[in-house]
Amino acid sequence: MQKLLLLGDEAIAQGALDAGMSGIYAYPGTPSTEITEYVQASKFAKENSIHSMWSANEKTAMEAALGMSYAGKRAMVCMKHVGLNVAADAFINASITGVNGGLIVVSADDPSMHSSQNEQDSRFYGKFAMIPILEPVNQQEAYEMAYYGFELSEKFKLPVMLRITTRLAHSRAGVKTLPLQKQNDNSLPSDLRQFVLLPAIAKRNYKGLLNAQSGLETESEKSKFNSYTDGSDKSLGIITTGIAYNYLMENFQDKKLNFPILKICQYPIPRKQVMRMVKECKKILVIEEGYPIVEEMLKGYQESGTPVTGRLDGTLPRDGELNPNIVAKALGFETVTDERIPEIVKNRPPSMCTGCGHIDAYIALKQALSEYSEGRVFSDIGCYTLGALPPLNAINSCVDMGASITMAKGAADAGLVPSVAVIGDSTFTHSGITGLIDCVTENSPVTIIISDNFTTGMTGGQDSKALGRIEDICKGVGVHPDHIKVFKPTKKNMDEMVQVMKEELAYKGVSVIIPRRQCIQTMKNKTLGDKIKELGL
Amino acid sequence: MKTDIVLAGVGGQGILSIAATIGMAALHSNLQLKQSEVHGMSQRGGAVQSHMRVSDKEIASDLIPMGYADIILSVEPMESLRYLPFLSKDGWLVTNSTPFVNITNYPEMDTILSEIKKIKNHIIIDADKIAEEFGSKRSSNIVMLGAASPFFNIPFESFEEGIRKIFARKGDDIIDTNLKALRAGRAFTEKNR
Repeated sequence: MQKLLLLGDEAIAQGALDAGMSGIYAYPGTPSTEITEYVQASKFAKENSIHSMWSANEKTAMEAALGMSYAGKRAMVCMKHVGLNVAADAFINASITGVNGGLIVVSADDPSMHSSQNEQDSRFYGKFAMIPILEPVNQQEAYEMAYYGFELSEKFKLPVMLRITTRLAHSRAGVKTLPLQKQNDNSLPSDLRQFVLLPAIAKRNYKGLLNAQSGLETESEKSKFNSYTDGSDKSLGIITTGIAYNYLMENFQDKKLNFPILKICQYPIPRKQVMRMVKECKKILVIEEGYPIVEEMLKGYQESGTPVTGRLDGTLPRDGELNPNIVAKALGFETVTDERIPEIVKNRPPSMCTGCGHIDAYIALKQALSEYSEGRVFSDIGCYTLGALPPLNAINSCVDMGASITMAKGAADAGLVPSVAVIGDSTFTHSGITGLIDCVTENSPVTIIISDNFTTGMTGGQDSKALGRIEDICKGVGVHPDHIKVFKPTKKNMDEMVQVMKEELAYKGVSVIIPRRQCIQTMKNKTLGDKIKELGL
Repeated sequence: MKTDIVLAGVGGQGILSIAATIGMAALHSNLQLKQSEVHGMSQRGGAVQSHMRVSDKEIASDLIPMGYADIILSVEPMESLRYLPFLSKDGWLVTNSTPFVNITNYPEMDTILSEIKKIKNHIIIDADKIAEEFGSKRSSNIVMLGAASPFFNIPFESFEEGIRKIFARKGDDIIDTNLKALRAGRAFTEKNR
């Protein structure tokens, strides 16, 4: 047994490695990125040929992981919560195909939207797919759940979801490891039509999934990750899910806790324990990090029986991340407020780095657009989203990966001409190419700016699948070579950039402009530097 | 005994290197620890914080409750004030005096200093200047850690050991510079507290 100091994300990666995982698939996304990075940096993973290269997006990652499972090996796929939307088609259907080798889907939620567009709760997806969900309370459990998750997946022949949130993903603590397991040998599914979701087979598989549900519930009721601690004071029973348990316990460091507590960390919800609490306690408080999913299930529409409180009745805030103070308030304890922050403290929002190429591209775009009315720039997910903030105030949308190109097209269809899309290189290969095909098919009057910095910048400088290939991709899907323009975004080139942009904005068809300059955060990355030189970029 | 620390600064100032050193020191003293970091979007020039909890008992929450922090350790003066609700009644505010100005409405330095001086227990240190005296401006974060070190329930030797471990791969010169930085920070606090 080894003791390591690990982030929650790293604990998951280490647990998967120790459980004999053969491959990890992912697209970078805060707060999930460090799981895959840990495997990429692992000497053990390299020596044992464990796959860890980034995928083009979450859907391709999910499908590749399912393919590895088909071939009998243990695979993990990781994403941030909104990435699961991208992977949803493959994810939901993977519960119908079932698995061969163990398959864990890690979805990292971001309550309070520290680095995200929403705070959706992945547990709904897990419930939707009717598969087991594991939700660790701390780094040790994160490790053990990754380790045990493969076994669970293979036992029920189903994918298993491992759901974490930002706080655990990015918090470090000591983790004790378990014995190393060997990787699975290659083996095909015993039924070679298991993965063929023709209606006749899908119907049969789906019935199998429905029949498995009571077994999954029993598994939850026996799970060591779920626990019922009885208490003498039955005026209140408390249910916690995931790391909410920590915030409850924090409030009882120097007080006695006499209420019965049900800690839920494995789903489906352990019915027996819940019903015991309903029967024995006068009232139930549900504390969960995320949406009130357990609370809603307990409460139902009829609201009869034992009163249930939590996020739905205002005992806890309806949105946002929990913390010890919010939980203290829900328990009726006195808490400190934030009155003590002096007024002189000003907000310091994130901003693009000094010297960033995106900034020069935006300055040029603003000048080029100055002769048109405002409100025509559709942007995307990445560092350049920060162009929405002062002093640039340069963009009018940021919705989901790839939406810049398709929204610009729709707006152009509606008569907003010219309309402009601003997208990064990595986001372009993630989900921009298909939208570009739509534009080319109709020769829509859109100007697409692919701000190329050779990396996936916002998440910390991971490889970009677009490196050295953007022009070829654009030509390949049918953009006319005369309307593919490349330049280096610098102060010195400003006049030229503005001129090129003006010309392309006036063109009544698809044009692609590529401002190209390396992300300054990656300047110390020698491997990337060599690659850029080799490609002549 | 526990020590709860809020580390504060601006994305890119390297507060995680301070956190890593504290982590090593805690391990060396056989203490438990939880350290919550900020990754992702806010790292780009925004306000960042890290909650660090060290204890000889099991730690429940990754986040420090308001009013419980023993130390606010800030590498930037305005940022030291942002997390005041976390500071306990007898807690110490230890801050660098060199401002990081990347916003247009940054307040006057005098008003920041007078707000800091309202806190009963505070240390204001020009860590950049002290670090520069060693010819290594980059070790100013370790000067800051040294200045806060008397308020930890961790022996000073463990911090020294932490430095040796964290910088082991960078060679003896770097270790030496950082040990000097740590001691200079500590000496400043002992003289001025």
